[in-house]
Amino acid sequence: MIRLEAVGKRYPGERDALRQVSLHLRPGELGFLTGPSGAGKSTLLRLIPLLERPSQGRVEVGGVDLGRLARRRIPYLRRGIGMIFQDHRLLADRTVFDNVALPLVIAGTPRRELGRRVRAALDKVDLLRYERAQPETLSSGEQQRVGIARAVVRRPPVLLADEPTGNLDPALSAEIMTLFRRFSELGVTTLIATHDVALVERLGHRRISLSGGRVVADTAATEAH
Amino acid sequence: MAARRSRRRIRARTAAWLEHHGRAVLGALGRLRMQWLAALMTAGVIGIALALPALFVVFMDNTQNVVGDWDGRPRVSVFLEQDTLMDRARETAQRLRERDDVRAVEVLTPEAALAEFRAHTRMDRALSLLESNPLPGVLLVEPPPGLSTARIDALTRTLEGLDIAAEVRLDREWVRRLHAILTLFARLGWLIAGLLALAVPLVVGNTIRLEIENRREEIVITKLLGATDAFVRRPFLYTGLWHGLFGGAIAAVLVETAYLLLAGPANTIARSYASGFRLQGLDPAAAATLLACGVLLGLLGAWIAVGRHLSTIEPR
Repeated sequence: MIRLEAVGKRYPGERDALRQVSLHLRPGELGFLTGPSGAGKSTLLRLIPLLERPSQGRVEVGGVDLGRLARRRIPYLRRGIGMIFQDHRLLADRTVFDNVALPLVIAGTPRRELGRRVRAALDKVDLLRYERAQPETLSSGEQQRVGIARAVVRRPPVLLADEPTGNLDPALSAEIMTLFRRFSELGVTTLIATHDVALVERLGHRRISLSGGRVVADTAATEAH
Repeated sequence: MAARRSRRRIRARTAAWLEHHGRAVLGALGRLRMQWLAALMTAGVIGIALALPALFVVFMDNTQNVVGDWDGRPRVSVFLEQDTLMDRARETAQRLRERDDVRAVEVLTPEAALAEFRAHTRMDRALSLLESNPLPGVLLVEPPPGLSTARIDALTRTLEGLDIAAEVRLDREWVRRLHAILTLFARLGWLIAGLLALAVPLVVGNTIRLEIENRREEIVITKLLGATDAFVRRPFLYTGLWHGLFGGAIAAVLVETAYLLLAGPANTIARSYASGFRLQGLDPAAAATLLACGVLLGLLGAWIAVGRHLSTIEPR
């Protein structure tokens, strides 16, 4: 589903953010990117929805070579990728419902379908009761769940999360990770960047360790999970 | 079955697309309502910028109405000898009407000329002191439209040769001069109107630029979620449209206010000259054109601003 071949990324005037990174995530696979700050986790995640283009190598999503993707096709690529951010990136002047509905509105989903799908997504993250609330009235964990509902509302085949539990306490972090595992079980290919190694080890899923822009370890999922 | 499903899907997509446009139109209006004072000021500036050219157009239309009858066609006035009998004048007029270089001939008797003079000048007391009517009879000869200058000159010479003619005057030069002056004013006016109209896209463009800056985060998020450039552009274009529409409406109100203020005095002056002229304001078609100009210029300003600034905002 996601394939990187000898990918490198260099920002002008800086050292290499990624060097010769190759990895492959199969459909429905859940993988974690771990490593210290500056290891290249976020850069790698940004290559997949083409927020950045690689300086070298090849990135493929769903069999599409992103290097050959025309600029005007990028929005359609992004519609197939759910993205979750550490800072949630919710629109403060819109309700929870409207935030979650945004990807559907962008994709031109008919109104009668929109309400049903937004409520189904909110139900998945147990926030249905807050659909009319403003995001700022919710806790950080709840806001993160709104972000997750927004990411999955279009049932994308790929889910990317950049430090989704960065601001959360251990109990909430575990709860969020359970959600990701559930999506993965439904066939969503999920790649999560996190520095919470302990949590990742406990979950026992595939772990790709980055350091200095290189993959230093790629540990397959254990039977435990 | 598949074709029906496909048609249903296209219908649903079209409905959703229209729905989004509807939402974008109302959303843009809602935002303006929330910042009504700033929106009013912007519309006010646009209104003034549009009202000035519109006032000029109305002024030129009224001027054309005043001089409308003098459309550059020359008229030859044949002042008759004082002792000319009017029957003879009428006979001559009838003969002239048969010429192909004459469209119409009007006979103005000395009495009619005096009555007209009296009506225009209201100099009853002064005129009553005269022992006799000093005004001669006049033949007003109108050549057909498009008659060449050479043939008009030839006609004038013919009229000068009439034994009842005391003086022949070709009323052409002053009409030409008047039209030249009006053309000059019209061109100057359109130049100024163009410059003022140019202010509208600039005002709207600057307002939209500020709005884009204020909504930078929203733009980034929608682009992250797969919004196309058209989707992101749409609310800003509708904001420009509303600004232009409201500006056009304010301009129409300003022009009508000016008309209401000036119509009374202008009509009084016209009446004092026994003229049938009445000051005209904006007719519905002109008002609609003003609104349409506002909308188009608003859209143009928004389009330029969006084109310049949206491309610089990309999610990172």
